[in-house]
Amino acid sequence: MSDGVEPDIEIAPGAIAVEIPARPDFVSFVRVVVATAAELRPDIAPERIEDLKLAVSEAVTNAINAQDRVGTVDRIRVECEVADDEITVFIHDRGQGFDRADVPELPEPDHPDRLLHESGLGLHLMAMLADESEVSSDDDGTDVKLVVYSSNRRRSG
Amino acid sequence: MWSDTVPGVDIVVHTRVADPWSVLTVAGELDVVGAPELRQHVINVVRGGHHRLVLDLSGVAFIDSFGLGVLVGALKRVRLLDGDLRLVVTEPRVQRVLEVCDLDRVFTIHPDLETAVAGA
Repeated sequence: MSDGVEPDIEIAPGAIAVEIPARPDFVSFVRVVVATAAELRPDIAPERIEDLKLAVSEAVTNAINAQDRVGTVDRIRVECEVADDEITVFIHDRGQGFDRADVPELPEPDHPDRLLHESGLGLHLMAMLADESEVSSDDDGTDVKLVVYSSNRRRSG
Repeated sequence: MWSDTVPGVDIVVHTRVADPWSVLTVAGELDVVGAPELRQHVINVVRGGHHRLVLDLSGVAFIDSFGLGVLVGALKRVRLLDGDLRLVVTEPRVQRVLEVCDLDRVFTIHPDLETAVAGA
């Protein structure tokens, strides 16, 4: 962001959307946006906001990587929607998608092959840290939806 | 890969020797920008002949899959040389991410630097 390239920001009641250049130095900016949106909901616990920041970070990093591979200059769109009982983040890229079946399963931690897996943890982290995570991907791009519930909703099931 | 081309200004790494350990004290965010910088520090230290590393992550407030990948890569690198790697983790966030990925069972994790460099 030091080179004059700026993100586009749209703010509406209960919603923030940003479009960022597909560059790694914008990922931390998206984390700040998500944290800012999440803080509109006082009953989302701070550690859950941290979970969401990490899940979104993984999705945005994957999106940047996907667009980098096809060399498109399109921006990556991130939308945060804050509702009464949850916060939802959508991440959309126009890179080449992937087939979930091609993502290798992680070996058990005590298996010697576990150390061969220096990458591939991003999807796992998204699934583990968000209350809902959906990934839909095709040749035109990937859409990720991540949801974290408020503590009221989590308690009521 | 593109992430290796980002200029290194996002994390701070101090290296010192606590014989037989080499301690890398890391501060910053171990994400797609910061993690490749740490990887380069680890490579440099190992190339310098130091194969027993302590990575003190007390100053790391954020770690993602890129950061975890660099930690796994560092462990693999030193084990190939018959070395060892210990982590110092004080931040609950870092501990949680390690646990979510079952990596708390892969790494030797210490709550402070003193116990990490005690014994060999």
